[in-house]
Amino acid sequence: MKQSITLSKITQLMGFGFLKPITVLFSGKPQREDFINFLKKIIVPLLSIVLFVGIWQAGASALYNKEANYKIEKALADQGQVAADEMKACIASGEISCQPNTLPSPAQVWTSFKTLIKDHKVISADKLAFKEKTAAMNAKRVAAGKDPITYTGRPSFVDQIVTSLKTVFAGFLLALLIAVPIGIVIGLSETLRSSFNWLIQIFKPVSPVVWLLLVFMIVKTLTKDSNSDSAFIISFISVGLCAMWATLVNTAMGVSSVDKDYINVAKVLKLGPMQKVFKVILPSSLPLIFTGLRITLSVAWMVLIAIELLAQSPGLGSFVWEEFQNGAIDSNSKIIVAMFIIGIIGFLLDRIMLTIQNMVSFNKNEGV
Amino acid sequence: METLSTNTETIISENGIQYPSKVMLDLHNLKKVYPTPKGDYVVLEDLNLQIMKEEFITIIGHSGCGKTTMLSMIAGLNPISGGNIAVLGNPVKGPGPDRGVIFQSPSLMPWMTALENVLLGVNQVFPHASKKERKDIAKYYLHKVGLDGSFDKKAIALSQGMQQRVGIARAFAIKPKVLLLDEPFGMLDSLTRGELQDILIEIWNKEKITAVMITHDVDEAIFLADRVVMMTSGPKAKIGDILNIDFERPRTRKSVLEHNDYYEYRKHLIDFLEH
Ligand SMILES: Nc1ncnc2c1ncn2[C@@H]1O[C@H](COP(=O)(O)OP(=O)(O)OP(=O)(O)O)[C@@H](O)[C@H]1O
Ligand SMILES: [Mg+2]
Repeated sequence: MKQSITLSKITQLMGFGFLKPITVLFSGKPQREDFINFLKKIIVPLLSIVLFVGIWQAGASALYNKEANYKIEKALADQGQVAADEMKACIASGEISCQPNTLPSPAQVWTSFKTLIKDHKVISADKLAFKEKTAAMNAKRVAAGKDPITYTGRPSFVDQIVTSLKTVFAGFLLALLIAVPIGIVIGLSETLRSSFNWLIQIFKPVSPVVWLLLVFMIVKTLTKDSNSDSAFIISFISVGLCAMWATLVNTAMGVSSVDKDYINVAKVLKLGPMQKVFKVILPSSLPLIFTGLRITLSVAWMVLIAIELLAQSPGLGSFVWEEFQNGAIDSNSKIIVAMFIIGIIGFLLDRIMLTIQNMVSFNKNEGV
Repeated sequence: METLSTNTETIISENGIQYPSKVMLDLHNLKKVYPTPKGDYVVLEDLNLQIMKEEFITIIGHSGCGKTTMLSMIAGLNPISGGNIAVLGNPVKGPGPDRGVIFQSPSLMPWMTALENVLLGVNQVFPHASKKERKDIAKYYLHKVGLDGSFDKKAIALSQGMQQRVGIARAFAIKPKVLLLDEPFGMLDSLTRGELQDILIEIWNKEKITAVMITHDVDEAIFLADRVVMMTSGPKAKIGDILNIDFERPRTRKSVLEHNDYYEYRKHLIDFLEH
């Protein structure tokens, strides 16, 4: 059963070990224990989801009733019995204008999710049409040395996700490019390590908001007379600066704690400094570097939402903020949709990093 | 034991001092002090030892007497507190590939294959050889230690014994003048230990280099050595006694065990260790 072996190995490597009972059930002859395993690892977690949705539903309807009663009482106090009855009827009829605005129910969130997807389809069809329409004209404009006309319509929810992902990767890359080299240099020298320690210790706990403001001060001046996308630049740099510390600290630690035996081998062989770093020190600190990078990516994703929200740069953060400001009837449920999407993407990013981390760590018997 | 006066050949070292050419390693009034919170701890003092070219020396002594300290000073990995160490008359200033080291733990780079581990040293020592020549050297020594099928296995995937074989191949492949071994087989089971002793002595025989090996095993010390050096217990350890082993080479375990002098030698060493 070679196929199932590789399948289970991949799920294992990805940290999706919890899927194993399923792969076992569908590969070969399942045993009694496999069914018990299936029950434990699949059925019970599924029940937990049902329980979660149930509590959510109960909480949402309790909040709904509370908000509705409050509205009716307010109408009674302000305008008398007739207005209160009208309000009651209005709420019961499901009319949008008088719906209590509170925590949305699971069903409402699901509906909003579908709405957002539909909205995305409409917008992307629109975009495609625009592109076809302007293709010939843009070609002429470019030939004439003018800027092509670009689509300036509202971005869809999916577009926002893509923007956020771009920003987080740019920030992550920046963090990597800054933190890994500096971490290596600091890790190599005891003196540098102790002299830069204060800087790291002070800047590490600084809140994303402050980083954003700092970056804003600098980038605003630097990009004054260029027409580059300063909101994007500001948010990705802030994300990078907030998130890089874990990588910096882990890299320095990994480099400074290379097994003494390896260092002795390098000394006996008289490896040059470059060889020593690239052949011995870096490979042996890779696992720790990747641990740092994994933390960096998850921190980057977490602060990204807050930073986008504050910097007014497009993405999931500003989506959430706009919906909150908007106050439309389905805004709250759209915010909850965004919450789930943010969580799921964060989870997937972490899994990807975990997979890479497992691949580079040499403490496993892989590659045999 | 040959006396130095019988040597007519001499070589001139860097600083102009004449040395009898048969002396490979000269430890003169060697001293080592470790600073500790409770004051200085003198591990070695007035330690004198001369080791000849192509000689196989084993060193025994009680745990903690300073054997590793002495070996790492010869390797240049541990600074000297007093006296000096000369290799062919040249004072040791630091580590270098003329003194190969085999550590107790194989200390292979776990992310490299067996071949890459050996090549790491070969590339360094033979920078002008072609890539193929260097690979051939590495493969030759891996073949010598019996790892023909494992060139491309990751070091981490090899057993302890196989890892130490790679360690031996790596040490010999850089063609050192002196090979320093610190209890290289201490962590192995006795069967593997015997195999590796045979491999070690076979390659040593062929390469004709000087070997200095620390061991806790009296039988191993006798089987391998031309001379067994006994160190006194610390602090201020020095050379307590030296025993010449006059078995002809090549030796087999059986011939050594059956030799009339074997138990005499063994008794000598054990008497020393028990007093
Ligand atoms: N870096 C150090 N600082 C202080 N003391 C040390 C240091 N290294 C070794 N020592 C001490 O020096 C003494 C000699 O140590 P060494 O490791 O050379 O002994 P050894 O003969 O190799 O012992 P073993 O047979 O157990 O390997 C020991 O008492 C040890 O505690
Ligand atoms: Mg020791």
